[in-house]
Amino acid sequence: MKHDARGIAKVALTVVAASFLFGFAMVPIYRIACEHVLGIKLSGEAADASRVALMTVDESRTVTVEFVTGVNSKLPWDFKAENVRVSVHPGALTEVWFDATNNSTAAIVGNAVPSVAPNEASPYFNKTECFCFTEQTLQAGESRRMPVRFVVDPQLPKSTTTLTLSYTFYANELATRQLSLLSAPLDGIAKN
Amino acid sequence: MAHAAVHDTHDTHDHKPQGFLHRWLFTTNHKDIGTLYLVFALIMFFTGGSMAMIIRAELFEPGMQLVQPEFFNQMTTVHALVMIFGAVMPAFVGLGNWMIPLQIGAPDMALPRMNNWSFWILPFAFLLLLSTLFMPGAGPQGGWTLYPPLSLQGSNSIAFVILAIHMMGISSIMGAINIIATILNLRAPGLDLLKMPIFTWSWLITAFLLIAVMPVLAGAVTMLLTDKYFGTSFFNAAGGGDPVMFQHIFWFFGHPEVYIMILPAFGIVSEIIQTFSRKPLFGYQAMVYALASIAFLSFIVWAHHMFTVGMPLGGEIYFMYATMLIAIPTGVKVFNWVTTMWEGSLTFETPMLFAIAFVILFTIGGFSGLMLAIVPADFQYHDTYFVVAHFHYVLVTGAIFAIMAATYYWLPKWSGNMYSERWGKIHFWMSVISVNVLFFPQHFLGLAGMPRRIPDYNIAFADFNMISSIGGFWFGASQLLFVGVIVHAVYFSKNRATSKVWEAAKGLEWTVPSPAPHHTFSTPPVIDDSMLAHGDVSH
Repeated sequence: MKHDARGIAKVALTVVAASFLFGFAMVPIYRIACEHVLGIKLSGEAADASRVALMTVDESRTVTVEFVTGVNSKLPWDFKAENVRVSVHPGALTEVWFDATNNSTAAIVGNAVPSVAPNEASPYFNKTECFCFTEQTLQAGESRRMPVRFVVDPQLPKSTTTLTLSYTFYANELATRQLSLLSAPLDGIAKN
Repeated sequence: MAHAAVHDTHDTHDHKPQGFLHRWLFTTNHKDIGTLYLVFALIMFFTGGSMAMIIRAELFEPGMQLVQPEFFNQMTTVHALVMIFGAVMPAFVGLGNWMIPLQIGAPDMALPRMNNWSFWILPFAFLLLLSTLFMPGAGPQGGWTLYPPLSLQGSNSIAFVILAIHMMGISSIMGAINIIATILNLRAPGLDLLKMPIFTWSWLITAFLLIAVMPVLAGAVTMLLTDKYFGTSFFNAAGGGDPVMFQHIFWFFGHPEVYIMILPAFGIVSEIIQTFSRKPLFGYQAMVYALASIAFLSFIVWAHHMFTVGMPLGGEIYFMYATMLIAIPTGVKVFNWVTTMWEGSLTFETPMLFAIAFVILFTIGGFSGLMLAIVPADFQYHDTYFVVAHFHYVLVTGAIFAIMAATYYWLPKWSGNMYSERWGKIHFWMSVISVNVLFFPQHFLGLAGMPRRIPDYNIAFADFNMISSIGGFWFGASQLLFVGVIVHAVYFSKNRATSKVWEAAKGLEWTVPSPAPHHTFSTPPVIDDSMLAHGDVSH
């Protein structure tokens, strides 16, 4: 009559397909909204060294940086910060150390995921060196001392006096499996 | 249209197809498919209801008495999935199938064969979902919202659950497309959009919500599936994903979904109140625009389900105010229902009793929703029994009461017989009292801090839980009366219904005989505006 039922169904199916794709588009949209609308830094990449070098040390201010460490239940590691908090001047390069120990009897690859609270302060926290930038492989029983070097941006809003940097270590199951395959095939071939 | 015309020619003398297979399995008749949907929804209502009985039995006293905690968690998860996707949504689709063609003077749905398919997918989807309860490693235990990582840490039955959800989604999407095509395409000449019955309007808007958000749910559960089995890391923090993102995607579907479950109820209640007030619906156009506003707002408030994830303050404030904004169009609806009844010649037949109970009790659920919208208060209420009380007020005394009201209202048209008014009223009073005994104390439990989704609790919560459980068993048992009244009306009642059924009923569905013949409006009716409830555009 007024429209063709098949035509309406086709338009409706297009809407359905578009919303299905929109569900997946929300993955990049989420990242964009966090970084550009809400000002939360999600990327775990190293800060631009030349930009950090231009920052001047603000001796008049002290910011407390606290460290929280956690290990996902699937990873049999110990993981601790050597100091739970440090006081720093914004603009000053600071080095802190973290210790990780693999308690298991096999080599395991782990990845640390960082997070800064309060999250609106996250763009002002610049890491120039971090164990979280790369995979960490610990052999059975191995311990490692790992540095983090960071600079707090002097433009950090005055209202923020404490920053909390939290790390959670996760087992990188894919890399661990590949690691065991690299050593295992030799045994397998020998048996054949 | 072509399908319907062909169908009509080989079946002209209102002969129903004979034999179970031809009558029901291969049916393309909107009335038969509507009946199938409604019967299926009733079976699922009792399936989900028996799970609720297990939950309330375990919570009758503190301590673990009847079931294992793992089984309890499966019950809460599957109860929700069955009730949402198996009972409430199919019941509304069934009502839409039965009534929309009758209300707009159409011979059938626009896409009758797709209609058959959208129903017959459902029994298989629920077979798949319910079979997970008997699988080694047990069914889903992480709650119906399927939040990762918890939902992915259980057994492989999650893959069955995800496939079942895909099938339910395909079924609802096809149903929605059919309803949109029917309403836009098959209205009788002269039935303008703004003269359409309000129930048809509510379904048109609901159908648009369905096609917009069900695919988003499909996307979210597909990502869960690939995260678990194909090595992706959408929600896996170890691989650079973010579990909070799942909650955003899920609730982008989830909030429109809760309106999918209430908008047709608004339409039903509007129809019933005007009939038994013997007055046209007050502010018909305002009601239509309120439905549309609620539907629009439902897309921009989703994060109020997740205030405690650590959103920036600006986000929390935005989602708080946007959520509160919904109270305005909803308030328009509630006031218009009240104003429709104002100075009306009211009678209190069973459908009207359920509709009035809907207005009062749904409003209570709406108010507790407003309380939950307040961010600082929500930090206290989040994941407590207060939330459970809130959504059961809007879903049980809201959606389910409206479905029951609709059943009593239109059953004489479907079956040709009047139900027993006496037993209908007994069913109503038993239900309305017991449902408050069941859910009202849960507000107090939540405010006192009892968390939801737990099989055991502090003895401080013992008394109210016992009261709630008693109300639960009472409400559950009362629903057997509902089945009794329906079976009696369909098979045993001697009290024949007239074609108009109710004294002041208005609209095209009341111009066909009761029971509605297998084929109606094979030629489009000639419409006189006085036949329509909203033919007079001046009110």
